[in-house]
Amino acid sequence: MSWSEFFSMGGYGFYVWGSYAVTLIALGGEVIFLLRRKKNLTSRPDLDRHHSSESDNYENQA
Amino acid sequence: MANRKINWYKYSSPANFYPLAGKLIPWFAIPAAILFIAGLYVGFFVAPTDFQQGDAYRIIFIHVPAAWMGMFLYVLMAGYAGIGWAFNARLASMMATSLSITGAMFTFLSLVTGSLWGKPTWGTWWVWDARMTSTLILMFLYIGFISLQSAIDEHRRADRAGAVLALVGVVNIPIIYFSVQWWNTLHQGATIRLLGKPTMAPTMVAAMLIMLAACWMYSVAVVLIRVRCIILERERNTGWLTEPVARGEATHFTGAESI
Repeated sequence: MSWSEFFSMGGYGFYVWGSYAVTLIALGGEVIFLLRRKKNLTSRPDLDRHHSSESDNYENQA
Repeated sequence: MANRKINWYKYSSPANFYPLAGKLIPWFAIPAAILFIAGLYVGFFVAPTDFQQGDAYRIIFIHVPAAWMGMFLYVLMAGYAGIGWAFNARLASMMATSLSITGAMFTFLSLVTGSLWGKPTWGTWWVWDARMTSTLILMFLYIGFISLQSAIDEHRRADRAGAVLALVGVVNIPIIYFSVQWWNTLHQGATIRLLGKPTMAPTMVAAMLIMLAACWMYSVAVVLIRVRCIILERERNTGWLTEPVARGEATHFTGAESI
């Protein structure tokens, strides 16, 4: 089987590769978004002890 | 921290779960990557071309695992939401919130890949068939859960509201699962049954199951990463986050420095 045959998927290439492309975008996007969210959180200056001195737990006040 | 008496509940505390989750992530992320590669290899290079559908059937290797994950993760999400609500366990509620995004993503993927499969084999992108309609309802339940939670500012109140919605929505899961038996649908019946022989070639089944395992590993890894983010966001002001473990400078949380 040649590569061009492989990519054409017996004429169903658009549907087969389209499915896997959407999956790759969704999963990859989720990972990239999450790692960015994590990075923003762990590099926050307000996690520093000096900056969180007025930090009463607002959730407990409700 | 001081009034924590029973050790079994140690990891129900976000402060203790946070470093544990961090250690667990690679144990799921790396197998996920390996299994995805293995599953795609078997699916595209080992499994034979289907005699009826040609190569279009190869969509099954992502479609079926995505659809299953959408359902599994929903049940898991509702379970965690229910535990968080019933036992006032905030970590369980955070897990539910974390699961909702990944579950919604897999449900979305099952709808999109199903549509891409339906067009060449049925001649239509979409029909209001029982299985497809109930899966669309599952997608709306996820969207409802996510929007409801994000619309309520107070976290614990958002958790409780979400739990009610998630638990009521569980009724949809058996409807999706049995829809192909209860109604005469365009969607084909189950290709793999708990009892009895699968109706596919063994290599096709193998590829599908490897992809399912990959999706499970992937889901656990991303849900753990996300729940760590949620813990950081919600517990930003509670004191323990300023300690060495949370800052990645130590591996064990002792509680000794607790304020």
